[in-house]
Amino acid sequence: MKQSITLGRVTKFIGLGFLSTLKDLFTGKLEKEDLTSFLRKVVVPIASILLFLGLWHMGSMSLYNTEAEFKIEKALKDQGPEAAEAMRECIASGDISCQPNTLPSPVQVWDSYKSLLKDHQIINADKAAFAEKTASLNEKRIAEGKAAITYTGRPSFVDQIFRSLKTVFAGFLLALLIAVPLGILIGLSATLKSSFNWFIQIFKPVSPVVWYLLVFMIVKTLLIDSNEDSSFTISFISVGLCSMWATLVNTAMGVSSVDKDYINVAKVLKLGPFQKIFKVVLPSSLPLIFTGLKITLSVAWMVLIAIELLAQSPGLGLFVWEEFQNGANDSNAKIIVAMFVIGIIGFLLDRLMLTIQNWVSFDKTDAI
Amino acid sequence: MAYLELNNIHKTYGQGEYATEVLSNINLSIEEGEFVAIVGFTGSGKTTLVNLINGLLEPTSGEVLFKGNPVSGTSHERGVIFQNYSLLPWLTVGQNVYMAVKEAFPKKSKKELNELVKEYVDMVSLTHAINKRPKELSGGMRQRVAVARALAMKPEMIIMDEPLGALDALTRGNLQDEILNIWGKDKRTALLITNDVDEGIYMADRIIPLKPGPNATLGPEFKIDIERPRDKTEMNDNENYKQTRNAIIEYLMDIGNDRKSEAKEEFVLPDIAPKDFVYQFK
Repeated sequence: MKQSITLGRVTKFIGLGFLSTLKDLFTGKLEKEDLTSFLRKVVVPIASILLFLGLWHMGSMSLYNTEAEFKIEKALKDQGPEAAEAMRECIASGDISCQPNTLPSPVQVWDSYKSLLKDHQIINADKAAFAEKTASLNEKRIAEGKAAITYTGRPSFVDQIFRSLKTVFAGFLLALLIAVPLGILIGLSATLKSSFNWFIQIFKPVSPVVWYLLVFMIVKTLLIDSNEDSSFTISFISVGLCSMWATLVNTAMGVSSVDKDYINVAKVLKLGPFQKIFKVVLPSSLPLIFTGLKITLSVAWMVLIAIELLAQSPGLGLFVWEEFQNGANDSNAKIIVAMFVIGIIGFLLDRLMLTIQNWVSFDKTDAI
Repeated sequence: MAYLELNNIHKTYGQGEYATEVLSNINLSIEEGEFVAIVGFTGSGKTTLVNLINGLLEPTSGEVLFKGNPVSGTSHERGVIFQNYSLLPWLTVGQNVYMAVKEAFPKKSKKELNELVKEYVDMVSLTHAINKRPKELSGGMRQRVAVARALAMKPEMIIMDEPLGALDALTRGNLQDEILNIWGKDKRTALLITNDVDEGIYMADRIIPLKPGPNATLGPEFKIDIERPRDKTEMNDNENYKQTRNAIIEYLMDIGNDRKSEAKEEFVLPDIAPKDFVYQFK
């Protein structure tokens, strides 16, 4: 039986059900009974967002005033009343040179966001111009067997987002390839389980920073002859090793706790060992494996920032660190922009995993 | 030589001082083509007995002989219908049955296997639901799938462990007829475990009560001399039926009462109350 695909179904499936409620509101399809659910799903979240922005704005204003007072007082103490007056005027005029450096307000953050996008457009234009300029030269170089000249300018904010996503997916894939097969083996054999248990218990709580250092020690030596930048390799391996534990533990648990009825069926049908694993054990533990993978992906995204920062691998983590070191007037606002981007992408990744999970696994709750 | 023979079966769970003997001294023999029902209370060890016969469990002592050979492990010759259906929820009805026939007949081609699946799904009249998953089906339909899965492997003997226990009375009656119809076609040997005396009388040639566990053992057998095909309404007026039914129920009630009177020890509750509680009412 084919079910028609509607917006409502799709949004519910990917866990963004409120979108369809919003659409119903604009198309006038909303029934009276839906009013409470509309209030709960749309009005309340919007109200809470506005409240959050309001509190943030007030907080940053208060911090701004404290910082400004302090600056004026300091000028008064060090340089006398004229300097204090000059400082007061300077701050009021909005001159960049004397702005108090503190938590930016929502408006400042939004401005920084726009300036980052503009910056991205400028860099893109720059890249295009560079490509155009070097096109004929590169053709010649390739014909002569030399490497083409590539753009080595600074990456834009958007480039760094994609670089971070690449690192996370590489790390996630590594975690998946290690943790799922290993988890299945551990779950199937009690001997392997007890021999691996100490290993899991000890390495699971190790901090991302230490994982990075460990991977760094090993990869540095392995790539000793190579002149290439190993920061990407190091950071994605660290992300993978850091985040794979949830999947490993969940897979092992799912595989070892398959419903006894299913095992009995496998026995009565006399399934071979491979048939048993692929036809009975794995499908029945898929929900738990996916729960593990979902945790792994969100952990990977969380530790990525710290690891990129340490590994000096281009990405959002490095962006945040560089802005902090930079200390320019809008650096703080840019850090907050990065924070929101990280949060929103993390949320979207979670939804992505939920969608895939809904796709592949049966509903265990009402399965008989 | 009987088709299926159980000789002095004992089954104990646990070890040492924690050992409980669930079944003791079980002797049973079933002839080829016979339909035998074992009736017993819940918790009397019926499922353990079934698992010993189908090969999921091994007896602590004694032997299970199937066609003269000792049973070791499961076999396609003995089809099992479980109490809780045990369908794989991620497979459709057709796939559930297909998995069984593929294992039972590894030499057949895909086309032949598919035809077999169709035939048996049709036999339990679920052709319309062949592409549905178990969770989309009602309890009765699920159990019919389980019946189709067990029979499609063409076992020489069908073992049913309270197959209709979780169904409502109406569905239960219908499925009883369906199972009897299928059984009547090629008269395979059948063993039915049930807690419903009427079901046993309606379906079986012989009824054997299982005394409640621990140390459950089989009671005297009751032959059901009612001609097939049986009719439920007519049976109610049949003298033979009434007598057998009363005899079995009386027997089961008696052993039930024996059990109760065995538990003579009375427990006296100590006369204590929480301190606060006492103060509050003083």
